[in-house]
Amino acid sequence: MKGRAARYAAVAGAGLLVLAAPFLAPAFVTQFTFLWLMIVFALTWDLMGGQLGYNSFGNILFFGIGAYACAVFQRDSGLGYYEALAIGAALGGVLAAAAAAFLGLGILGLRGHYFAIGTLGLGIAAGEIAGGWDYVGAGSGMTVPLFPGALAARSLFFYFTLAALALATFLTLRWLYGTRFGLALNAVRDDEDKAEAMGLYTARLKTAAWSLSAFFLGISGALAGNLIGFIDPRDVAFAGATYGVWMVLMAILGGKGTLWGPVIGAAVFHITQEIFWTYLLGWQRVALGLLIVAIVVFFPQGILGTLREKFPGRFGSKAEVQ
Amino acid sequence: MSLLLDVKGVTKRFGGVVANDAVSLSVREGEIAGLIGPNGSGKTTLFSSIVGAHPIDAGAVLYEGRDISALRIAEIARRGLTRTYQQTRIYGQMPVIDNMRISAPDVKEGILPLFRRAGRASEARARDLLSFVGLYEKRDLLAGSLSFGQQKLLEFAMALMSEPKLLLLDEPTAGINPTLINGLIDRLKRANKELGVTLFVIEHNMRVIMNLADRITCLAHGQVLASGTPDEVREDPRVLDAYLGAQ
Ligand SMILES: Nc1ncnc2c1ncn2[C@@H]1O[C@H](COP(=O)(O)OP(=O)(O)OP(=O)(O)O)[C@@H](O)[C@H]1O
Ligand SMILES: [Mg+2]
Repeated sequence: MKGRAARYAAVAGAGLLVLAAPFLAPAFVTQFTFLWLMIVFALTWDLMGGQLGYNSFGNILFFGIGAYACAVFQRDSGLGYYEALAIGAALGGVLAAAAAAFLGLGILGLRGHYFAIGTLGLGIAAGEIAGGWDYVGAGSGMTVPLFPGALAARSLFFYFTLAALALATFLTLRWLYGTRFGLALNAVRDDEDKAEAMGLYTARLKTAAWSLSAFFLGISGALAGNLIGFIDPRDVAFAGATYGVWMVLMAILGGKGTLWGPVIGAAVFHITQEIFWTYLLGWQRVALGLLIVAIVVFFPQGILGTLREKFPGRFGSKAEVQ
Repeated sequence: MSLLLDVKGVTKRFGGVVANDAVSLSVREGEIAGLIGPNGSGKTTLFSSIVGAHPIDAGAVLYEGRDISALRIAEIARRGLTRTYQQTRIYGQMPVIDNMRISAPDVKEGILPLFRRAGRASEARARDLLSFVGLYEKRDLLAGSLSFGQQKLLEFAMALMSEPKLLLLDEPTAGINPTLINGLIDRLKRANKELGVTLFVIEHNMRVIMNLADRITCLAHGQVLASGTPDEVREDPRVLDAYLGAQ
């Protein structure tokens, strides 16, 4: 009972903080907004990499599909700003999910490292295609419609929409991991042949997981494209070397295969990166590279995984009894 | 008693090795059938051939009167024919109880049942089966942290959880503490009698299989050497030869 009250208090406190943050620290609103984006990146990556055991290096594809789909809809629909953005974002999510389902037919049949390598080309190929396709602006990219309001209002708008998306992603996955669908994902991760021999529909399961991951990433792409204001095929939409790699790192840093790990990993990574950018200008990429190596060497289990090893009682991995 | 499983002339080759050479045998509904034979005689390969783990080169596998030799392993499992593995396979990074939960029979119906609540009956059955194999106290441990013998017992409990009609057990007593083997034999018999699961058991321990099986088939060099009641097989000179020759 006491635990439950403390939990409600913590949730309420965190909620208030999220609502108040842009007003308490207005100079950092954009950084906070990107933090929400990073949380979506890490959570959706971990659904595949951590829970299902399929390390995808191509998830950036779905982000880019969402960004382009939304921008095209905004350009051609003739609707008002908010309507076009809302429908465009939904369209981006659905198209990204459909792309995952289609690609999954082929690629999800690959196991282990072969899957990882198979996905590696996805983002690169998409960047090349978008960069040569006039319908989406080819190499010069796409601009999005201007926000109908003041600059401060624009910052707040994107802060809150991305916060809502991160929360929706988090709550969806929290629910999912409490169902037997979540257990089935873990079963495939631990021994896919056994899962198949026990009669599980592993192919459908994997496709469903990838599509769900892609759905949230597609929406995040739609919103991020509008937040950034300009969609470059290689540096924004299909930015495999930055966003694409960060997704993986943040999930590993926080703890693969846990609900909170990716959230913690995204926060630590994003803040560290901002600090590097501020204090190590010119060397920030070197520092980031070293950080990445340090993460993999010293935190192979991630922050949560390490804590769990040290304090198994407090961070035990008990699945909820349904 | 009707035939639940009818293996007809199954041949399986690995390159030049003929692991199963025109093997024919049958398992009757409700019985405990045994499969023995020296190391490398093709017992495990035959199980894999039956459950669809690999394509066979010749012959047919009839289950409930239907040819299942072209079906894949998951489809066969959904019809109630499952096997356990000689090397044991469990979900190592998941708690023991979750290994049981994800082996419930309705997960074989598709994706949507996974979103249904498992229900009290299913939860109770998972706990009962863990008690049945003596692992209830270990329910919250990661399955991978159990000893080999305990993992064997867990795999057996998972198989029972999935409510098969025919269960193929590959050396269920291997790695089990010898003082616990009699208890395990008793449990196998109870699974057969009380839960109504037909069993087909590979076993190296002669005392165990003689005690357990209604009928026994002996393989050697991929071929059926002899089959019959435990007494018939035990006294068959070819079986004695195969075992002595292999020592
Ligand atoms: N995947 C495989 N690839 C190549 N050869 C194999 C394979 N599986 C089994 N064999 C060979 O087939 C033959 C039969 O092996 P199998 O494992 O079926 O024997 P077994 O009767 O189960 O033996 P044991 O009592 O040691 O478990 C052996 O010669 C083995 O080396
Ligand atoms: Mg064997």
